[in-house]
Amino acid sequence: MELVCPAGTPASLRAALDAGADVVYVGFRDETNARNFPGLNFSPEELEEGVKKAHDMGRQVYVAINTYPQAGNLDPWYRAVDAAARIGVDAVILADVGLLDYAKRHHPSLRRHLSVQASASNPEAINFYRSAFDVQRVVLPRVLTVREIAELITEIDVETEVFAFGGMCVMAEGRCSLSSYATGKSPNMNGVCSPASHVEYEQRRGKLVSRLGEFTINSFPNEEAAGYPTLCKGRFIGHTGDPSYLFEEPTSLNVMMMLPELIQAGVKALKIEGRQRGKAYVHQVVSGYRHAIDAAMKGEPVPFMDMGNITEGTRSTAGAYEKNWR
Amino acid sequence: MSSKVISSQAKLTLGPVLYNWPAEQRRDFYFKIADEAPVDVVYIGEVTCSKRTPFLTPFIPEICDRLEQAGKEVVISTLSLVMSKRERKELHEVVQDSPWMLEANDLSAIGLLEGKEHIVGPFVNVYNEDTLGYFYQNGARRIVLPCELSGKAIERLLASNKDREIEIQAFGRVPLALSARCYHARSHGLSKDGCLYVCEQDPDGMNVETLDGEPFLAVNGTQTMSYTVTNLLHELDDLAQLGATHFRLWPQDLDMVKVIQTFRERLDGSLEERAAQEILSDLVKFAPFSNGFYHGVEGNHLVEMREKI
Repeated sequence: MELVCPAGTPASLRAALDAGADVVYVGFRDETNARNFPGLNFSPEELEEGVKKAHDMGRQVYVAINTYPQAGNLDPWYRAVDAAARIGVDAVILADVGLLDYAKRHHPSLRRHLSVQASASNPEAINFYRSAFDVQRVVLPRVLTVREIAELITEIDVETEVFAFGGMCVMAEGRCSLSSYATGKSPNMNGVCSPASHVEYEQRRGKLVSRLGEFTINSFPNEEAAGYPTLCKGRFIGHTGDPSYLFEEPTSLNVMMMLPELIQAGVKALKIEGRQRGKAYVHQVVSGYRHAIDAAMKGEPVPFMDMGNITEGTRSTAGAYEKNWR
Repeated sequence: MSSKVISSQAKLTLGPVLYNWPAEQRRDFYFKIADEAPVDVVYIGEVTCSKRTPFLTPFIPEICDRLEQAGKEVVISTLSLVMSKRERKELHEVVQDSPWMLEANDLSAIGLLEGKEHIVGPFVNVYNEDTLGYFYQNGARRIVLPCELSGKAIERLLASNKDREIEIQAFGRVPLALSARCYHARSHGLSKDGCLYVCEQDPDGMNVETLDGEPFLAVNGTQTMSYTVTNLLHELDDLAQLGATHFRLWPQDLDMVKVIQTFRERLDGSLEERAAQEILSDLVKFAPFSNGFYHGVEGNHLVEMREKI
């Protein structure tokens, strides 16, 4: 079982490698990746150094180029794929059909992984990407249960990578325009969701109100820590007339206790979310998962590790991997 | 100032009913469309939730026959999020057996339809000319663009593939997100498996408000929709001139025949824009209009054009 870890900076990349990551995945510092945040990501030169360091340690680097290229402005995405190939990364993680086609035609020997942003949730879709673009691995969307993943693996001949820990989309990834509906900026087009540029906190009679664009996403009594207003994890009013976390609570995904089942299912790699997080986060999560995977692979019980201090809303869930989540 | 008078060959399409209308109601709706609506293409099929599929399926042949007799092009729309064995089996069956053209709303269907003429639906990500070209080569006759694309992006796409069919979402609440989880059920304290089909209670979706009581979104089972109603009446002229060949109107629980007539008369140039807007405003009472995506701003916004005033 391969442990695939995030890095938003060269320091995080080193932290991930030191903590036992088999693979570090990164993005370029522009709109070509789905964590296009200020002060984050890699220049080609930084990537080159990172790849050298990883390879010296016998580890790997993947590059996520997983937004959807903009009509009439394809060059930044072409250039990102070209740079990744030139630098000699171990794989590129792509979502767009046109860009997969470009990568296959121009860099046939560059390994291609299908991003979670492509939301390939069934064997037919995965086999299409396999036969059309020769993808070697699919990052599965977070809509499937562990049982469904196990069944799916028997019907495809590409490796599977699943999310193990971190911020969780409740919507099918890459198929969500909620952020652009509220802010004009979306994951698919701009590499951002609920962007900080559109977030405001407002003091209102003993409450701190979090807003995204023109919409209130949540409200917290002053003594409570206010969470980030990710659109789908706010409190809203639906059928009952009472406020509730209508889509999802502000929780993080953590599948550590399901590791034996995921190994049994034949999953090839576990992915940690969080290229936007600091190196302390990277160090703690990667170390924890390194120990857990090593134990699980030996058939030993997975040690309980409290990661409450770094999970969103300090709560965690196995999310869609369990059917009752639906 | 009066708006321009246009006269366009562009066709009008009626998207599939996204909501859980009872099957008999859907049948009657389509019969009325067949008999009275000047629409060129009608899409039909369950796109949102496979738990609803068995109710509609028995009615599809008679609905399609009636539509075809009325001279409409009929297209069967496939499920947007395909996961379970049953959903996959149904997809294989419809690809194999359907006498009607199919709209692929997931890459599974795109793969199965390779080399066979089909429509690429709005749930498939088509953001640029490379992807557009790839899908045409794969067998797409027509491609329906995703809702969040700006007019500028649409213009580039139209310019890159002249003489090909491209369809733009021009009216109705637009689907914004898909999920494995059912928010309709969740809002009623139920799970998806035991949902009691509560989505049937909301023929235009269930409104979702912020803590301030401000309307924000609408929930339709596993699908999250815009609260606002997209209305591109004002943008029709530009889009038609740029080469958009089809305009999609999403069914809402109101007089859709009148909506279709209004768009048709506007495209034909027999109705002034102001009069057309007034007709639509009278018909759509449940939410305001928006066109923000088209103008490259927040999707929920309505960008008022100066020429309108």
